[in-house]
Amino acid sequence: MVGAACAYYAARAGLAVTVVDRGPVAGGTTGAGEGNLLVSDKEPGPELDLALRSAQLWEELAAEELPGGGTLGQVAEYEAKGGLVVAADPARLAALTAFAAGQTAAGVTARPVDGDGLRALEPHLARDQAGGVYYPQDAQVQPALAAAHLLRQARLAGAALRLGENVVGIDTDKEGRVAGVRTDRGRIAAPAVINAAGTWGGELAALAGVFLPVMPRRGFVLVTAPLPPLVRHKVYAADYVADVASDSADLQTSAVVEGTPSGPVLIGASRERVGYDRTLSVPVLRRLAAQAVALFPRLAEVPAMRAYRGFRPYMPDHLPAIGEDPRRPGLFHACGHEGAGIGLAPATGFFIAQQLVGEKPDFDLAPFRPDRFEADAAAGGGVPYGGSETGPDISPEIGPESRLDGGADR
Amino acid sequence: MTDVNDVNDLNDGVRDRYDLAVIGAGPAGFAAAVTAADAGLAVVILDAGRAAGGQFYRQPAAALRAARPDRLHHGWRAYTAWTGRLAAHVAAGTINHLTDHHVWTVERLDADAADGRGLAGAGSATAETAASPGTLFAVHAVIGAGGATGRAVQASAVLLATGAYERQLPFPGWTLPGVVTAGGAQAQLKDSLVVPGRRVVVAGTGPLLLSVAASLALAGAKVPAVVEAADPLRYARHAKALALNPGKLIEGAGYAATLVRHGIPVRPRHVVVAAHGERRVEAVSIARTDRAGRPVPGRERMITCDALAVGYGLDAQLEIALELGCGTRREPDGGWVLTVDAQQRTGVPGVWAAGETTGVGGAQLALIEGELAAHSIAATLPAGGFAVRAAGASRPGRAMSQTAQPSAGDGGETGSADRVGPVAAAGRSVGSAARPGRKVAKLVRRRARLRAFADVLQQVHTLPERWSDNLRADTAVCRCEEVPYAAVRDAVTDLGATDSRSVKLLTRAGMGWCQGRMCGTAVQCLVGELTGGEAKAAPAARPLACPVPLGVLAEGAFAPAAPASGTSPAPAAAAPPHAERPADPPD
Amino acid sequence: MTGTPRDLVAARPGPEFTVRVDGRPVPALPGQTLAAVLWAAGITAWRTSRVTGEPRGAFCGIGACFDCLITVNGVRDQRACLVRPEPGDEVRTRD
Repeated sequence: MVGAACAYYAARAGLAVTVVDRGPVAGGTTGAGEGNLLVSDKEPGPELDLALRSAQLWEELAAEELPGGGTLGQVAEYEAKGGLVVAADPARLAALTAFAAGQTAAGVTARPVDGDGLRALEPHLARDQAGGVYYPQDAQVQPALAAAHLLRQARLAGAALRLGENVVGIDTDKEGRVAGVRTDRGRIAAPAVINAAGTWGGELAALAGVFLPVMPRRGFVLVTAPLPPLVRHKVYAADYVADVASDSADLQTSAVVEGTPSGPVLIGASRERVGYDRTLSVPVLRRLAAQAVALFPRLAEVPAMRAYRGFRPYMPDHLPAIGEDPRRPGLFHACGHEGAGIGLAPATGFFIAQQLVGEKPDFDLAPFRPDRFEADAAAGGGVPYGGSETGPDISPEIGPESRLDGGADR
Repeated sequence: MTDVNDVNDLNDGVRDRYDLAVIGAGPAGFAAAVTAADAGLAVVILDAGRAAGGQFYRQPAAALRAARPDRLHHGWRAYTAWTGRLAAHVAAGTINHLTDHHVWTVERLDADAADGRGLAGAGSATAETAASPGTLFAVHAVIGAGGATGRAVQASAVLLATGAYERQLPFPGWTLPGVVTAGGAQAQLKDSLVVPGRRVVVAGTGPLLLSVAASLALAGAKVPAVVEAADPLRYARHAKALALNPGKLIEGAGYAATLVRHGIPVRPRHVVVAAHGERRVEAVSIARTDRAGRPVPGRERMITCDALAVGYGLDAQLEIALELGCGTRREPDGGWVLTVDAQQRTGVPGVWAAGETTGVGGAQLALIEGELAAHSIAATLPAGGFAVRAAGASRPGRAMSQTAQPSAGDGGETGSADRVGPVAAAGRSVGSAARPGRKVAKLVRRRARLRAFADVLQQVHTLPERWSDNLRADTAVCRCEEVPYAAVRDAVTDLGATDSRSVKLLTRAGMGWCQGRMCGTAVQCLVGELTGGEAKAAPAARPLACPVPLGVLAEGAFAPAAPASGTSPAPAAAAPPHAERPADPPD
Repeated sequence: MTGTPRDLVAARPGPEFTVRVDGRPVPALPGQTLAAVLWAAGITAWRTSRVTGEPRGAFCGIGACFDCLITVNGVRDQRACLVRPEPGDEVRTRD
């Protein structure tokens, strides 16, 4: 998704763009996510600012007319449905309300909701919830369709798409500047290379000789049978915010429940750092199911039809790497967005395109500097490649891991 | 409403831990369970059906009181012999047969799961030393189709005998009511004594069609034609394998005689190109195909009917196996099956597979594979099985040599005599236990013969090469999500899909209730055609093998280290006592 | 030459009973699947597809395709080819 957005804005800016991916479109984490476009789960700071900017860009993208008819938003199932964060007890509600107040000061629209208000917004929600906060800016998109159609628009603007092609090396000139990429099919000369390899962004950076600690943070999603409308908004427990922000490698789960235009209800979200272990975790599925049923008791009777898993591109400070790498001029990073890549993709692509054409981005990208972990690398700390964090699936390729199954279901 | 006639009581003697869990009670499953129990193992069978038999030996419901169920079956005597032994074990408590249990996943519990070590791959440690804790699995099931109760049982070894479902190809009109799978028509006839219509055209490819047409005719349906895509002349190329299997030929001849007696014409090298009707099928168009498998223009003709029973071979049910990490291979007809070695071992320690999951070849072959798998399991598990070993007892002899399992790395001593089919991944030994008994050697030879015959069938009954020529832009490829052919085409040619999974993400084909079981073959073929054969093919992963109510899934979610509902973990040192076992194997 | 499946296997089923399908009585034999009961009554379609509204009934007959989904005693999405009705069951075809 991030790569598609980079290609889209760069092609629109008049650049000659080639997109290389070892798999199909949306073959990696994009195809294994729920398509969250959230501001509600972000604390005030650079990521929230980026999310707010990206939300505006998503609105513009959604309204874009497609040559075949309809808008990008329609074909990609863009829904400005709003998010509802629910607190189970007064203590959690107080913390949530204080958190929301801080977000409001940072420009987020957040509306406290009492128990009756919860029932008005979500009639099937469990009765015992203390209250919550409603976030009208939260939205949803079917991520694979969004990426595919954005890439299609990029191609109409002149971009070339090369699928099933592995990048195996980064070419540099005598001064150490990027000169292009080597793939399993040949060379592509280019003065700029964008690393939009998501969870596998660390491996691509390594090909260019720079350190970027992107690690997989595994998540499972449960998908129910198609249902008549039961869940109207994106509903999640207040604990989710703490889980997202956690630095622990251990398992965290908090219910994130939402209906989809196609009928199934999606149930997330688990987070754990176990490398690229693809084993279906029965304990994780049990916890997701239990938490979802606690929020929506009627779901107890509903069958889970399938489950899927993916690997979020996690960085130690939960912020993505965006922008040119001072250690390797010509190499731009656009990866490491963890679970927020779909939402943050347009802003990421937009600012990368500004840098590419030599404009100064109208946004402070300093917190996302790709070389901010250089001290860790020098100290031998940080995050190892090929060590315990990375499993046997790793190969020196970029692009999505194409063995992922399942996928976004909306 | 009940889902079964004999729902198991929840306290019906289900123990905490078994030596062997058999998933599926078809021919491979019941043969393995009986053989393993004969060898002294504590066995549990989990099966979705309400009686042993699987799809092939599907039985009329007991309440229908059929005096002559054998008239709908081939190989009846083998079935009654095996199920008689099964019943004796169930009565003795040496096999627990859990009917109407729909297994949704098998979970590895042993500590070695993560790094791939375990029982069969435990280096030089022999089974007898029992120094390694061995493998341990939890088998998770939902009781009843759509049931509200779950259960998990634990076992040291797992045999996957999950069988197959019928492969389908889309054509205009295939979603009309009255169009059913050939196997489904057969299943409902055997089970509930009904036929899908009065005039039933049988179509597709494969040996099942003759059997289905014969059954339908015997049951009183008019079968206007059997429409077989394959060219029977192709059998001539495989005379040797055919001659070695006179029994299989007689079986086929029996069906053919029934067809002749009922005046049913067989139309080889013909395909159904469309089904017609408003609220249900009223007629089908069939067409002769040319050498390339393409329907010959102007040679179509219409056959009136009120049902069409159609199928293009079988696809193995691999969901559970794929989640466990078992390796796969492709069969001559394009289907995916599990890779096993000569002992029916998958590449995953502690996991064996038998029957259609390891290669579609029919009930006789499945029985043999199940039996062979059980011998291997009995030779592999610590002597006397888990519980007896824990209690410090030793076991008397068993049917098979007690020689230790060949360990990883001794592939050099592979016996060629019992080597069949593809070799397991990872280069593990494919020899059987070092001194297989005469009985095992005989089984191995029969397996090789039947496997050769099955290969011939698959080479003859391939999918018609140009089947997709029949598709119209609006023909539904995916029945559940009603995804038309045009959407699949556009996803590949316009949106950047290059494999089945990305087609699914961009069109929803395969995302619905059946999880791609009905459209998976078609989508994979179409992606191959549309990408010029460059599509990367792989069997579809389905992490949940069947739907699981969230309430069932949620059970025990936050209990500390609770392995499963209704059972408690059994520490190795404090295993529950097993029921008595026969001191000596009956044979 | 034409008989019935019951003749073929010499079945002597228990007494016939009635299930109500959208309020209409339909005869059933003990032990039969609901799909079989409906087929025997000449009913081949009992579901409307979600997208195009086409009629659907049993297809695979062994529980794999989920095309035969039906509501039994208020429980949605039951597979008619697997469930076995009992006397007095209320079946609804449109949910």
